[in-house]
Amino acid sequence: MSQVAEPNQQRASEDAAGAGGGSGLRLRALTKEFATFTAVRSLDLEVPSGSFFALLGPSGCGKTTTLRMIAGLESPTSGTIELAGRDITHAKPYQRPVNTVFQSYALFPHLDIAENVAFGLRRRRQKDVDEQVRQMLDLVELSSQSRKKPAQLSGGQQQRVALARALINKPEVLLLDEPLGALDLKLRRAMQIELKRIQTEVGLTFIHVTHDQEEAMTMADTVAVMNGGVIEQMGAPAELYENPRSTFVANFLGQSNLIAGSVVSRSADITTVDMHGIAVSVPANRTHTDSDRGWVGIRPEKVLIGEVGEQLDAPGNTIPGGVVSDVSFVGVSTAYLVRMPWGQELQVFSQNTGRVRIFAVGDAVELSWRPEYAFLLDHAQDASAGAAL
Amino acid sequence: MAVMTPRSGGAGTRLGRWMRERLVLGLGLVVLAYTFVPIAVVVLMSFNKPVSEQSKIYKFSGFTLDNWKNPCADPAMCESLLRSIEIGLLATVVSTILGTLAAFALVRHDFIGRSSSNLLIFMPMAAPEIVLGSSLLAMFVAAGLGGQLGFWTILVAHIMFCLSFVVVTVRARLAGMDDNLEQAAMDLYATPSQTFWRVTFPLVFPGILGAALLSFSLSFDDFIITNLNSGNTTTFPMYVWGVSRRTVPMQINVIGTVMIVLSVTIVLIGELRSRRRRPA
Repeated sequence: MSQVAEPNQQRASEDAAGAGGGSGLRLRALTKEFATFTAVRSLDLEVPSGSFFALLGPSGCGKTTTLRMIAGLESPTSGTIELAGRDITHAKPYQRPVNTVFQSYALFPHLDIAENVAFGLRRRRQKDVDEQVRQMLDLVELSSQSRKKPAQLSGGQQQRVALARALINKPEVLLLDEPLGALDLKLRRAMQIELKRIQTEVGLTFIHVTHDQEEAMTMADTVAVMNGGVIEQMGAPAELYENPRSTFVANFLGQSNLIAGSVVSRSADITTVDMHGIAVSVPANRTHTDSDRGWVGIRPEKVLIGEVGEQLDAPGNTIPGGVVSDVSFVGVSTAYLVRMPWGQELQVFSQNTGRVRIFAVGDAVELSWRPEYAFLLDHAQDASAGAAL
Repeated sequence: MAVMTPRSGGAGTRLGRWMRERLVLGLGLVVLAYTFVPIAVVVLMSFNKPVSEQSKIYKFSGFTLDNWKNPCADPAMCESLLRSIEIGLLATVVSTILGTLAAFALVRHDFIGRSSSNLLIFMPMAAPEIVLGSSLLAMFVAAGLGGQLGFWTILVAHIMFCLSFVVVTVRARLAGMDDNLEQAAMDLYATPSQTFWRVTFPLVFPGILGAALLSFSLSFDDFIITNLNSGNTTTFPMYVWGVSRRTVPMQINVIGTVMIVLSVTIVLIGELRSRRRRPA
């Protein structure tokens, strides 16, 4: 996990100079053990300042614990947290230039919206609080609500107040703990765009914890997939999706077909795998195992489906002998389950472009895919890891 | 449908609807009357001209303001009233402070015996007053205080039973509070003491205030436990009990009316304040 996320280009100029060594957030061998389990295991992570970073994983993977340790609400068992070159591992929450948007928003019910937003500034005895609050409420489009109490606002408005209350302090790092979890789907989509816009505008570092892979991929520059207290893989959303390194990432981010195979030969750029008697090739840079057995992975939308004997536009890996066992017509696409000769059912998403007919249950078909889309994962990993989460 | 319904049936339905619409209102008024008639009697009697005949004591014999002009006609009554207020205030202050601290400990801190403390705190509320009163008396006597029963033993007894009400009220308020609020305050640069005074205390305060009002009214009102542990001291309820077997001075109704007006005022203020908070 040595990648470093790309800093956001529209970075506020004041911090642009320090984009190198000292700035940003750095976690080293961070570990949190609770009485009965280890929530976070020796986590190393570097978040450059100005980036929108997502910690993605199922519940219980340690992402919220990591966030709470950065906020200072949980104290690490071992390891260090460094922010802008300063060790803050054991600093109190109120001593850190870090603010959090809580999942439940945690707005102060006895204070009005303006006072909620002003809370952090008043604690630090800042000047022109009223003016700053007015500007911040403008940014989140809540100026007209400033004298209301939190209970009088809708969920989406409360969410924006929580964001404004944290943002106004211009923290080095803004932590977002599943901030959109309580909103309905439509509002969540709108807020995703809104959050991304605000982050670009203010240029602060955002660390966003979520279990929603779509949310993470839509908003973040860099996504770290967490599982069982460790980071499984980290990178740009497209990179994670296209070239997963573990079965967990392959299944948790979207869906994958994983087919058992054994390695026949390895060359500088191609690994050849025998998959139930069919030889398929996988690019060397997408081969993530050293053993002689592995899981050949292919995303359902990369699999082409066609009539038996038909010349498919995918030279390379062709797998005959499939029988359609389930068809669901979605509109823009059709999702098939195809039973293969070795008994496994593979998923296929076929775009309804009209070039290929829509098959029916029981039809004999052939599948194929371009070798450059396939990936090879370690056989020791559970093929269903992350699938049902 | 309407065509098929016979006329009489239609009328019956109309009558039924008329009844249904007014039944709830009617019953409500009856219940209200049931609760308010005794109060009205107290207010009315405070303007009654005292009669000499004991048997006609609750007969309204004529309107007068004498009772109101001279509420302390019987100095013993006002003395007992002052004592009750004094005990009530002291018991309220002590039990509210101790009870609030205990509630914080029970909700916020994990210690050995927490769950049993949570349970035992209900004991004074659940035990019959007569049992509590007599066991307190036995305790005082056993401790060699049998000869000194009075103001202080009453106070100790009142603090004891008020305490559990305070703990239960404040604990409920505290337990219903989102932990994240305090974490959010700390995250927003509030030190632990700022967090307490800016967030925790204002949010728990309504519970503490409610507990204090409850304590005062429980203490002011108590007769059974007080009577058993009072020695020669007389509180207001004990005075009323004592004179009720002889001639009840009409001034008791004056005190009663004042108390009713005070409690209604407190409730109204609270209601108005919470209503003003609603619309922005």
